[in-house]
Amino acid sequence: MFYREAGDFKTSYLQDGQTFPIRFDRYRYYAVLAFGFLVVPFIINDYWANAILLPFLIYAIAAVGLNILTGYCGQVSLGTGGFMAVGAYACYKLMTAFPEVSMFIHVILAGGVTALVGVLFGLPSLRIKGFYLAVATLAAQFFLVWLFNRVPWFYNYSASGQISAPERDVFGIILTGPNAPAWATYLFCLIFLTLAGLIARNLTRGTVGRSWMAIRDMDIAAEIIGVNPLKAKMTAFAVSSFFVGISGALFFSIYLGAVEVGEAFGIQKSFLVLFMVIIGGLGSIFGSFAGAAFLVVLPVVLKLLGVDLLGWPTDIVAHFQLVIVGALIIVFLVLEPHGIAQLWRVVKEKLRLWPFPH
Amino acid sequence: MPDQLLFAMEVTLNGLMAGVLYALVALGFVLIYKASGIFNYAQGVMALFAAMTLVGIMDGQVPFSHLINAIFGTDVHHFGWHLPGLLAILLTMVVMAVLAWGVQQFVMRHLIGQEPIILFMATIGLAYFLEGVADLMWGSEIRKLDVGLPQGINETIDGVTYDMFGYGFFIDNLDIVATVIAALLVIALVIFSQYTKQGRAMRAVADDHQAALSVGISLNFIWVMVWSVAGFVALVAGIMWGTKSGVQFSLSLIALKALPVLMLGGFTSIPGAIVGGLIIGVGEKLFDFLFGPMLGGATENWFAYVLALLFLVFRPQGLFGDRIIERV
Repeated sequence: MFYREAGDFKTSYLQDGQTFPIRFDRYRYYAVLAFGFLVVPFIINDYWANAILLPFLIYAIAAVGLNILTGYCGQVSLGTGGFMAVGAYACYKLMTAFPEVSMFIHVILAGGVTALVGVLFGLPSLRIKGFYLAVATLAAQFFLVWLFNRVPWFYNYSASGQISAPERDVFGIILTGPNAPAWATYLFCLIFLTLAGLIARNLTRGTVGRSWMAIRDMDIAAEIIGVNPLKAKMTAFAVSSFFVGISGALFFSIYLGAVEVGEAFGIQKSFLVLFMVIIGGLGSIFGSFAGAAFLVVLPVVLKLLGVDLLGWPTDIVAHFQLVIVGALIIVFLVLEPHGIAQLWRVVKEKLRLWPFPH
Repeated sequence: MPDQLLFAMEVTLNGLMAGVLYALVALGFVLIYKASGIFNYAQGVMALFAAMTLVGIMDGQVPFSHLINAIFGTDVHHFGWHLPGLLAILLTMVVMAVLAWGVQQFVMRHLIGQEPIILFMATIGLAYFLEGVADLMWGSEIRKLDVGLPQGINETIDGVTYDMFGYGFFIDNLDIVATVIAALLVIALVIFSQYTKQGRAMRAVADDHQAALSVGISLNFIWVMVWSVAGFVALVAGIMWGTKSGVQFSLSLIALKALPVLMLGGFTSIPGAIVGGLIIGVGEKLFDFLFGPMLGGATENWFAYVLALLFLVFRPQGLFGDRIIERV
């Protein structure tokens, strides 16, 4: 009834090309933003921040990054964990080398460093394709984790081989370390996620995004009609790694605080982010958010159900989680290869006709 | 002969043996890939699943006992028998065949005609699913697997090399057995695919799905069969790795090691899988021996992947793979 474009007149190209052409969507979007920025920080507590909101925000950034590479440009990457590690270690080195500089700049620079590394490991994608490339990105994953484990310079020669975030602030508000208030860490991550979403959305519908999609749909044909594969693939790797690096930096500095690289950024992390992208929907920014939310909330819900409600041992619940995630991926690929984002689109189509479907 | 060279020779030999085990896992990949174009990431987890099932059956463990106990408050765990290895292997084979049927019936049948990368991701999902099921069925603790394969240092080789060079090579009996079994397995597979009716049908399907359909070959049956054969190969690999280092989760990570093996050898070539496995096995052992101390050790973690990556840049189809021809 309310969800339709009737009566919403567009009088300029700018209005015609906006992200949310339907008025209801637009207001919903502003409402969600306002809720996220103005309401949640006042009601947030430590449990919510650490169990659900922070992991969601951080993984969503990583998922947006991977979705650009895999969903939009068609280059499957299994090296996300490695690139997140690059972001984390870059952030750590910057934080300890320049303690007085704002965290914002550190995190963005960490993203930049990761973008460079991403381009370096993306170079083989010009020669190899499909799951050959997926396996090639495994080289990045294992090599980077090994590097951060073995070269003491990266962890500042600390005895444990771990890195831990020193206390840093933005405009006098403590952001890292055990004393950081929940609302501050939440807002910090939310700002990055909002920016990531905005940038990604606008990149993917512009020239760059179209050349990515052309490469994804058929690279040879794209090359023939004048898309430069070098430029398209390298920008995809750079932008994707930039976001993944930012998420890695946040994951380490804001969320975990102390990190052992093999544990935090192992191959499992790469798969986790890949699953988020698949379940959420390949080639959809909203899908990245949905997939991240789904896979962050699922273990929490399962734990509540299994351990607290039914009283099962935790290891059984953990195994069930594997079974359910695996089955869900298969179910999604079989029934809805475009993920939650496609379900959402179908619902929206239905809503436009509701309550008079003819 | 100088000591360093002798060490290097021993390392090479051990690398060859490790390579055989990589090749065993890679073989399962090649089989499924050739017949159905599916890149089966779950091959490693299938090896884990097979090994766990084998141990569980041999010890007479009740499947899902943990879960049953948690739900019904009972306390069942063992049937109280100990089966001989061979019988247990046969029973495990049956389980793997049922699994193959299930995979075909509930997953792959619905994904026919999808892009390869979608199929690949489906097998990643399958890997997670299987891993969870295996843990639920048999529990997740590390178990010893002993089906009566010989283990420990081979005295003969130790003695002979000691007489020749004055330095006894350390070579595990199990590795020798693994090499023999791998060779037998490859020969059996070749005979199967060249001289039996089902094997020929399998090759026909690998060649051209539609042509195979039109001469009356049941794709469904062939695919179930291929998955069963891959399950059998996984079982053999699982027994070898399980005897060597215990049945545990890291077994499924072997699958990841098999990927560079495949990239070297080519996805479609059985000899390629063997040669690739040997190159990776020797390469990573020798590299770690020569440069490991310089680089801080544990280079085995990434050497295979980087080698494959560099190799791919120059020869994307692998050593023995079919030439990749692309058309618009």
